[in-house]
Amino acid sequence: MLREVLGSIFKKPATNLYPAQKLEMPDKFRGKLKFYPEKCIGCKMCMRDCPTNAITINKIAENKFEAVFDLSRCIYCAQCVDSCPKKALEPTKDVELAQLDKNKLRVVFSYKEKSR
Amino acid sequence: MHNSEEFRIPIGPQHPALKEPEGFSVALKGEKILGVDIRLGYNHRGIEKAAEERSYIQDIYLIERVCGICSHSHSTCFVQTVEEIAGLTVPARALYIRTIIAELERVHSHLLWLGVAGHEIGFDTLLMYSWRDREVVMDILALVTGNRVNYGMNTIGGVRRDISLQQAQEILKAMDILEERTKYYIEVATNETTIIKRLSGVGVLSREDVLLLDAVGPTARASGVKRDVRVDDPYAAYGELTFNVITDDHCDVYGRTVVRVKELLESYKIIRQALKNLPAGPIAIRAPRKIPAGEALGRYEAPRGEDVHYVKSNGTEKPERVKIRAPTLANVQAVKHMLRDRFLADMPIVVAAIDPCFSCTDRMVRLAEQGSDKSKIISWPSLHAYSIEWHKKQGIDFSELNKKLAARLAR
Repeated sequence: MLREVLGSIFKKPATNLYPAQKLEMPDKFRGKLKFYPEKCIGCKMCMRDCPTNAITINKIAENKFEAVFDLSRCIYCAQCVDSCPKKALEPTKDVELAQLDKNKLRVVFSYKEKSR
Repeated sequence: MHNSEEFRIPIGPQHPALKEPEGFSVALKGEKILGVDIRLGYNHRGIEKAAEERSYIQDIYLIERVCGICSHSHSTCFVQTVEEIAGLTVPARALYIRTIIAELERVHSHLLWLGVAGHEIGFDTLLMYSWRDREVVMDILALVTGNRVNYGMNTIGGVRRDISLQQAQEILKAMDILEERTKYYIEVATNETTIIKRLSGVGVLSREDVLLLDAVGPTARASGVKRDVRVDDPYAAYGELTFNVITDDHCDVYGRTVVRVKELLESYKIIRQALKNLPAGPIAIRAPRKIPAGEALGRYEAPRGEDVHYVKSNGTEKPERVKIRAPTLANVQAVKHMLRDRFLADMPIVVAAIDPCFSCTDRMVRLAEQGSDKSKIISWPSLHAYSIEWHKKQGIDFSELNKKLAARLAR
């Protein structure tokens, strides 16, 4: 026990110095979602399976869809990624999502003509 | 239990010693506890009812959030039960992955408990050390599942993510680090006289009391009762793995500490075996969205003890009834027994020793009469009848209207 205590005196802290030293998330981490509008076919399986109704797919024109995420509702389970038959959704490593303004938690992935 | 000499102290529902809101009413005579009334219900969230309103896929994530620590336990138990109703045969690889995640969860839960127990007896260094080591297993869980808590690993018919060779190597490396650390904790727990003196003879629960009060998990095993669902009713891959059920005959908080610390070593053994024997093949089979009508009861050995889920389906996309019996509900009666005739100062560690999770446990309709300690648990129909009678006295009476409408319908 005493050896452990003396050894710890000279060690640097076990905690990470967070804001200065950023944490690297592992691959396939379930962070903020990314949506690829050009792949979406509008089947709305993601909307149907989402446990918290955080995702909405809107039809803006023929075969053109946009996704609206409510990040304050999202629980980052990534079930929508599994449910999507066309792989139009993807989780990212982005975890720093805290906001003071609630409106900023609403993320819209609108359809862009160029992206096709 | 109630006389003029006794003194009652309410502890909770909001109290610095409690991590979750829960009401304890302690009857004291001097320093001695005469009896404890535990009042559940402050953390009731209506999850069972909410599960009836959601589809089976959505329910996995809801049920996972019954508990923040044993989330994989609840979701596996639910998924197993649903698979039994649907008659699905889950691929062997999926069962092994479930087992590995379950044991990683047990490791993180027991390390967390060790820290909390240390904190409750004033040994905060142990809290710092065991929580530092817990980070190792949390990082592994984040690496394998993509989340530190609420892993979202299960789906009906299998698991959602595979374990790659590289990840398996990472897990094995972490197991070596943790095994070395755990051996040190075993040495501390069995040799340090301060810990032995502080925890011995505290919260005694004899073997007979365990059988009488139906305690589960490490609480039961620390009293010499070999009760473990992993062996008694093997699920997932446990039937194909060899490990020991750790028991102890100290029957007190010290015994519970020893059981949990030694169980860590068994968990490392299980994880190593499962990774070595990980069968090849698919990780999930396609499950139907509509589960055929039927009912099933699932059992699972969560870190805190036996977890029981009952699911009844009616052939639609949503379950008709989901019933959850978390391990803390089974152990909470034992706490009452352990505290009788003990000192008030031992209460925090005795309550902490069952590793309580009140948000898992809360349920019940209970009425307490103000000014007295009498209370009763009433059923839904009698509460319904009581409500109608009470409003009748206030002048809201539907009986005349009922008769009028009945007469009109008859015409």
